[in-house]
Amino acid sequence: MTEAETLPGDTLLYLDGVTVSFDGFRALNALSLVLEKGEMRAVIGPNGAGKTTMMDVVTGKTRPDSGKVMFGLDTDLTKLDEPAIAALGIGRKFQKPTVFEPHTVWDNILLALAGDRKPRFSLWAKETAEERARIESVLETVRMKDQRHRLGGDLSHGQKQWLEIGMLLAQEPQLLLVDEPVAGMTDAETEQTAELLREINKTRSVVVVEHDMAFVRALDVKVTVLHEGSVLSEGSIDHVSADPRVVEVYLGR
Amino acid sequence: MKLDRTAYLTLGLTIGIPLVLALLNQATPAGSALHVPTYVVALAGKYLCFAMLALAVDLVWGFAGILSLGHAAFFALGGYAMGMYLMRQIGARGVYGNAELPDFMVFLGWHELPWYWQGSQWFPFAVLMALIVPGALAMGFGWLAFRSRVTGVYLSIITQALTYALLLAFFRNDMGFGGNNGMTDFKDILGFNIQADSTRSALLVLSALCLCAQYLVARFVVRSRFGKVLIAVRDTESRTRFLGYRPEAYKLVVWTLSAVMAGIGGALYVPQVGIINPSEFAPGNSIEAVIWVAVGGRGTLSGAILGAVAVNFGKTWFTGVLPDYWLYALGALFIFVTLFLPKGIMGLFAKRPGKPVAILEAAK
Repeated sequence: MTEAETLPGDTLLYLDGVTVSFDGFRALNALSLVLEKGEMRAVIGPNGAGKTTMMDVVTGKTRPDSGKVMFGLDTDLTKLDEPAIAALGIGRKFQKPTVFEPHTVWDNILLALAGDRKPRFSLWAKETAEERARIESVLETVRMKDQRHRLGGDLSHGQKQWLEIGMLLAQEPQLLLVDEPVAGMTDAETEQTAELLREINKTRSVVVVEHDMAFVRALDVKVTVLHEGSVLSEGSIDHVSADPRVVEVYLGR
Repeated sequence: MKLDRTAYLTLGLTIGIPLVLALLNQATPAGSALHVPTYVVALAGKYLCFAMLALAVDLVWGFAGILSLGHAAFFALGGYAMGMYLMRQIGARGVYGNAELPDFMVFLGWHELPWYWQGSQWFPFAVLMALIVPGALAMGFGWLAFRSRVTGVYLSIITQALTYALLLAFFRNDMGFGGNNGMTDFKDILGFNIQADSTRSALLVLSALCLCAQYLVARFVVRSRFGKVLIAVRDTESRTRFLGYRPEAYKLVVWTLSAVMAGIGGALYVPQVGIINPSEFAPGNSIEAVIWVAVGGRGTLSGAILGAVAVNFGKTWFTGVLPDYWLYALGALFIFVTLFLPKGIMGLFAKRPGKPVAILEAAK
């Protein structure tokens, strides 16, 4: 683990030379990326650049063919499965909002709350005052206090996105991976989402994958541009927008 | 655990109707206008056992999304466990008069009881086996299937294969379970004549009590936080995984519980119908159980009981009138329910169409 030792102590997530192939197609090609504790990072790139695959690798859905994925300084994520990685403190929001539609907003948050996930616990679990307080606080953060009795399936698209972010917060992760949080949102909703993510970033690290350049600009954080499965450019939004390689990839040659 | 109106109604009818039938059978003379003939008592008992199988199917299909097309296997295994006990009770009263060996073993020229028949003469042991054997099979099967993330149609096909494999195995004489003919000619259970009206009535009431207990257990499970996770797994399995749940563990628990429930149903079924043979493993039986649940209303528990009793009542009536057309009628019923009653009979009674109970519950 020599590479990891040379990294600064406040590294939260470290990908080194990660390669993933599907039937010969290289979704990730020796991708390397370092995320610091407390950082918010925007990941952009054209379709097929490997953004979602990168999230799949970090959350344990996909195992890389080669390369390293370290969480903190000593946890190798490639050896763990999804529930184990979630338990370590990595939360994931899907591209398509994914909430539990037959359950109320309240129950959605309840199921996401950090705590014992074993069947023998949940079979006898009673909602505690402490849990209720935590749910209230999450509902407050995502501004859904008055929606608590509605079913997940009855919410609007934007509300589902926020509920899912609320579920992530309830999980109390150290790192949130957020896949296209503003896809299909109105301008006002987009604005609110940017605000929400900045609020979350005060206490947690966030990786946002996004297509919407206006949104990325509004976040005003370090940007990583992926292309064909590896990092093309990295830096401020102004820096990467000025990078001729990025312009070429986005606008065609 | 708080009970709502549906639960009270379900429990009331489940215990009330069999109790009335049993009382009228016992308390009125055969000629009386109020007399319930014994065959009706036996029939009602059979329906209740099927209702236990339906409840078991609904628990896994309705709440965990596991469409089992092999659940009758667990039912039949419970039945065989009880059948072995009943077989041993015959003793020297069998055709060959062998006190030690059941008739079919004498017929096969066997000289001693196979090891797996040891203990079967004790009723508590037979009951225990009726729980453990289906439960253990389900646990082993589920552990392999769920851990490998086998879901959907693939899982359904494997469950169907499971029951078919057991069908073929139990057909074999050298399995030691009576082969093709299975076990029958039972004489008594716990010392009571199995043919007696009073025994029949007692078994009916016992079945009703067991069904009520199973309903309460299933209801507790689906309304607990465990049940909420289960519903979440049913609809959005990957989400639960990224939240840190292990869907395979939840499925395994509910799957095993469901198999045990089906086993209890089978154990009560055999003394009431007087026979157990490999045809109980036939894939068609499992599929019929799924139809009962669909007709009654998937994911409602009460609907499973209602569907099992209603469809089997229809089957009894229909096969009496037009025996050759029952399968067509069953098929038509299934198509009708799928097209016009997607939530089954229970869907007709839902307070707000399209709104599950959760919203009513949340408003309290």
